[in-house]
Amino acid sequence: MTRRPRPRGLRARLLVAFVLVTVLGAAAAAWSSAGSARTALVTSTQQRLTEAVTGRIEAVVPELRYPPDRAALDRLRAAVGSNTLVTYEDMRSVGGADTGLVTRELRAAVRSRNALVTQRITAGGRPWLLIGTPVTITAPDGARSPSGIEVYAVRDLAGVERQTDGLTRSAVSTAALALPPAVLLALLASRSVLRPVRDLRDTARRLAAGDLGARLPVQGADELTELTVTVNEMAESLQTSMTAMRRMQTDARRFAADVSHELRTPLSTLTAVVEVLATAADGMEADARESAELAITETHRLVRLVEDLMEVSRFDAGTARLRLEDVDVTGAVRDCLRARGWLEEIELTAAEEIVLRLDRRRLDVVVANLAGNALRHGEPPVRVHVSASREQVRIEVTDSGPGLPADVLPHVFDRFYKADAVRTRTPGSGLGLAIALENARLHGGDVTAGRAEGGGARFVLRLPRDRDPEDGRAGWDV
Amino acid sequence: MAAILLIEDDPLVRRGLQLALSRHGHDVRTADTGEDGLREFRSAPPGLVVLDLMLPGIDGFEVCRRIRAEGEVPVIMLTARGDDFDVVGGLAAGADDYVVKPAQPTVLDARIRAVLRRSTGTSDGVRVHRDLRVDSTSLTVSLRGEPVMLTPTELRLLLTLSRAPGRVFSRQQLLEEVWELDYLGDSRLVDNCVQRLRVKIEDGSGAPVYVQTVRGFGYRFGPV
Repeated sequence: MTRRPRPRGLRARLLVAFVLVTVLGAAAAAWSSAGSARTALVTSTQQRLTEAVTGRIEAVVPELRYPPDRAALDRLRAAVGSNTLVTYEDMRSVGGADTGLVTRELRAAVRSRNALVTQRITAGGRPWLLIGTPVTITAPDGARSPSGIEVYAVRDLAGVERQTDGLTRSAVSTAALALPPAVLLALLASRSVLRPVRDLRDTARRLAAGDLGARLPVQGADELTELTVTVNEMAESLQTSMTAMRRMQTDARRFAADVSHELRTPLSTLTAVVEVLATAADGMEADARESAELAITETHRLVRLVEDLMEVSRFDAGTARLRLEDVDVTGAVRDCLRARGWLEEIELTAAEEIVLRLDRRRLDVVVANLAGNALRHGEPPVRVHVSASREQVRIEVTDSGPGLPADVLPHVFDRFYKADAVRTRTPGSGLGLAIALENARLHGGDVTAGRAEGGGARFVLRLPRDRDPEDGRAGWDV
Repeated sequence: MAAILLIEDDPLVRRGLQLALSRHGHDVRTADTGEDGLREFRSAPPGLVVLDLMLPGIDGFEVCRRIRAEGEVPVIMLTARGDDFDVVGGLAAGADDYVVKPAQPTVLDARIRAVLRRSTGTSDGVRVHRDLRVDSTSLTVSLRGEPVMLTPTELRLLLTLSRAPGRVFSRQQLLEEVWELDYLGDSRLVDNCVQRLRVKIEDGSGAPVYVQTVRGFGYRFGPV
């Protein structure tokens, strides 16, 4: 089944429909008026010709002697006019070249009906009117009797035909004249219908693009106006809920920032005093010493958590700034691992000396996090590989453990996401990978998680090499 | 070990740090506002000031500026991690070093000792570089015969650079040698200290003679 191509778009469809209706209407009206005019013209012409013939016959008939001789028939024919045939029994008086057109059936009809008969024929491409009539004799007493004389007249209708053709042509041209105004009107109509539709579309686009303040002016009271009102209401409720959501999100973030800020002061005290406690722990009895050690460990954990929370808050608030300097990436990675005593456990390979403009502290945070995770959750050997291409520097951290399950993989960068629900008390804050990713993004790079060839987990930090060197030059030129 | 003035507004943090630093052998006096701190400072100048930047009344930056205006006593400021505004402002106000809160007393003690070590002499003797005379034994510096008062950090920076005129030191090397910081030391410490040192020993023409910038690498002394 094939579908016929249809005009696309409301404008085209409206245009076609409107023009069709207008032109067809105009054509039909012109055609029917032309038809009735033609009929009237033909009828009146026919009547006029017939009356002329009968009138002339009646003028001559009283003078005829009966039975007529040939001369009488000739007189009668001459009176009726050219192209006339007069018969009486076997006698024929013929005048004019076209009398041969008189048909046998016409003569039969005149004879059988004994009355005036007309017939229209077309001969030689021209229309003709054939008139046949018996001549009736009226006796001096008023009695009428058939004379046996028959008069046949052949009349040319070409003139009438020309006139009716003119009528038809004017009907066609009337219809044709209706076309341009029809197109114009259709355009106007489609514009007035389509403008609100286009406005609706534009507003919907603005809404979709995030301009939640977009509204339509409401005018009139038609179906499109109802639609406009509905769209406005939809936009209103969308804006309201989005605003509420944003406010809630902002509040939540500010709350996290405030909480971590507020926690820092008591933590400062705790951090200070647990050290005093630690130096005194040796002299305590076992229970007290264990308690002191727990307090110390947990205080440090709390400090890390609060620091991570504040770091995340800075990313959320958009206040995290890069302090860029030229850094030997391999050297920085090695420093990071050495400072944490991991050089023994981690196999570090690097292609060459790679100098990149980046924030040394943030690189340290990312590498320490990825390497620390590999050591904690994976199995040795843990490998860190630094490589560079023209566009980017890659730092790849792989371990040889079971790797990340497929259902965990999409969530590893989520905040506070723990792969193993039972093992909730890891040394990490649960924000480490989220912070690593934010730090990478701040550099225009990213961190991805996947599976290593051997089956372990693999994290790849990518940092672009072509960053604008004018960024964050603070602290360089004194 | 050192007479320390701790200016911190939160009473519990103040007390906690006092306890911990005392445990490390320091003699710690405390003040809870900037005004009080400056009063304490003037009544008996300490060997070093530990200064919280967030203070009621006159803030830590202003306190640091006034201490700097009155002498060469080293200042270590306490700042919130990553609050670059604090770090930049504090260093510009003349602080020698900073420690991020919550400060571990061990870390703070290490910074204090590193700053104080800068005031200890070496036996390199006296070197004269054009108008500048650097005595590394008595730890005095004079410019055209006039004594120049330098903080221990500025002095150590000048000694380190002038010991090897013409040699380029990277910021990293200076952080390790002068501040005794590891690979994550803040290079702004170096830049700020160089700036303060230049104010004291250069002619202010904008073209430094003694401490010169080597763009993209670091600093070097001279050539004079």
